[in-house]
Amino acid sequence: MPEKTMRDAINEALHQAMEQDESVFVIGEDVAGCSGSAGDVGAVGGVFGVTAGIYHRWPDRCIDTPISESAIVGAAAGAALVGMRPVAEIMFADFIGVCMDQIVNQMAKFRYMFGGKSRCPAVIRFASGGGFSAAGQHSQAMYQVMTSFPGLKVVVPSNAYDAKGLMLSAIQDDDPVLFFEPKILYQETADVPDEMYTIPFGEANFVREGDDVTVVAFGQMVPKAAAVIDALAEEGISCDLIDPRTTSPLDENAILESVEATGRLVVVDEAPPRCGLTADIAGLAADKAFSSLKAPIKQVSAPHSPTPFSPELEAAYLPDADKITAAIKATLA
Amino acid sequence: MSIAKETLLHAYRTMKTIREFEERVNAEIMNGQIPGFTHLYTGQEANAVGVCAHLDESDTIISTHRGHGHCIAKGADVSGMMKELFGSSEGLCKGKGGSMHVADIDKGILGANGIVAGGPPISVGSALAAKIRKNGKVAVSFSGDGSVNQGTCFEAMNMAVVLQAPAVFVIENNYYSEHTHISYAVGCNDLKARTEAFGFPVFVADGADFFAVYEAAGKAIAHARAGNGPAGVFAEQGRYHGHFVGDPQAYRAEGELEGLRENHCPLKNFRARMAETGELSDAELDAIDAEVMAEIEQSVTDAKAAARPTAEQVTEDVYIQYTATA
Ligand SMILES: Cc1ncc(C[n+]2csc(CCOP(=O)(O)OP(=O)(O)O)c2C)c(N)n1
Ligand SMILES: [Mg+2]
Repeated sequence: MPEKTMRDAINEALHQAMEQDESVFVIGEDVAGCSGSAGDVGAVGGVFGVTAGIYHRWPDRCIDTPISESAIVGAAAGAALVGMRPVAEIMFADFIGVCMDQIVNQMAKFRYMFGGKSRCPAVIRFASGGGFSAAGQHSQAMYQVMTSFPGLKVVVPSNAYDAKGLMLSAIQDDDPVLFFEPKILYQETADVPDEMYTIPFGEANFVREGDDVTVVAFGQMVPKAAAVIDALAEEGISCDLIDPRTTSPLDENAILESVEATGRLVVVDEAPPRCGLTADIAGLAADKAFSSLKAPIKQVSAPHSPTPFSPELEAAYLPDADKITAAIKATLA
Repeated sequence: MSIAKETLLHAYRTMKTIREFEERVNAEIMNGQIPGFTHLYTGQEANAVGVCAHLDESDTIISTHRGHGHCIAKGADVSGMMKELFGSSEGLCKGKGGSMHVADIDKGILGANGIVAGGPPISVGSALAAKIRKNGKVAVSFSGDGSVNQGTCFEAMNMAVVLQAPAVFVIENNYYSEHTHISYAVGCNDLKARTEAFGFPVFVADGADFFAVYEAAGKAIAHARAGNGPAGVFAEQGRYHGHFVGDPQAYRAEGELEGLRENHCPLKNFRARMAETGELSDAELDAIDAEVMAEIEQSVTDAKAAARPTAEQVTEDVYIQYTATA
């Protein structure tokens, strides 16, 4: 199977969806790039290159916009309400701050408020997460916040293979989908089939299987946790590593079954702890698998602070191998 | 228009400082010394300096992601800025913010800003405070040609008019928002008229010409200070670098960059004007150049030697720590 980066895997999914379905279009800032310039229109393909080449094949369906996130999301939502399948790019997930109303008060609630009589098959893509010394306004995960809004589906791929299959599912899905691409993983490669394939929402991936501890991790924390678990295997500690892949819907069964088998749970996410996914999963296990637990649940997250700029500070801010290792060992102490 | 010699000297020194700061930052990024995303202001120096020449410390500015020039022009400590960009705990923001968040509230610098058009609404708040306090202060926000398409910018402009707040909107047209040309992103073909339609005067200047910006900004700021409500400045001048350091700049026309550097240089234009009027001599200007170069060199040396932040500092300054009173 060919190796592809996560960036290329998502790009391939977009190309294939565009080929297959004329109602799919991409829209956002510089998704084509260089519009109106005397240079090479279409040369950019999004600032992370994820929409590269789409403009050259479908100039009418690769739409650059002004810097107007509310209007971008609104336009995607509106086009979707009348039957198109837009894939909008909001560049950095932090910019949700600008277009929050269109996402949470508008697109998320159409179907419910309209008595089930509407569909809004829009996908909004974001580059999310830390690791670039990009400071407080360009580093946030954000998916943990969006997971709390009923009506939205929320996807967080952790590898190139999943990213392609999840993107194709997202485009086919008739509900609004927020697709968070951990930007630190764009260059990471995996085996990715050339053919189209989908990965269903709400189906977790067991990245590692083990008996002693259940580790649930999201996005860029999945490869970090996998590396820790591989190292611990040499010490005789074996762990399940569960990547939920979609935080809404959430594969509760996979998590609960694993916790019932291991009796120990560590949840790892890069976002700050309050009202986040680590607390959410810990709450789920405490509620539904309490009698199986042999040790207190451990949460590994960023601290309750904005993301700092300085590399030393960000390294201390983001969960790392040491913190994940310590948490796993703490459940075994 | 005659300008005091002190002002001229200061203007040239400040433009030169911005130029050398940016060129050095560019080099240090290429060397891998400065982390994060950095947007350089090189070429647009006259905008920041022409505007800030009319402000004192208690007037405020709010800046953008391309903020180094605005901050230097408003009096930010250059060494503190350089340390901040290097991520030192001795930086102006203790290494917490970096290039996109340089700020110095004591100097009236309400911050660079990583969110496009995050600034104008905040600036209206500062202007409103000045109006309520009747202290004659003004609040200046800088916006790019791309940023003016953001709803927050529209809201801020309209509300400033409604509140008759002394807000000055400086629009810097460098022709591009990231990779997109203004002719595409601004739907009408007259951004000045669109801005004036909000209900305030906009004064236009060639952003390669300090004197033109100084004059236009002078009118706008005087208008706002006098209690006539908001005003705008519209300055056109290309940036010499990419959108960010590392941008391949596929949007440029052939020869565009060379033409900009050659024919649209605020520093060259300033020197030419001085040669013409004789107000400042070459020797005076050369002396400033040498001092600025030394200052920038020193700031880099200091930034490289400055203290690095430690893990405990991550959670400092999220909130104010009130000390318990007995
Ligand atoms: C809300 C938001 N949207 C998008 C971006 C990404 N972005 C950063 S700068 C920029 C272009 C800004 O263009 P302009 O206002 O003309 O300023 P210039 O870069 O030319 O100085 C964009 C789109 C952002 N930082 N914030
Ligand atoms: Mg611009």
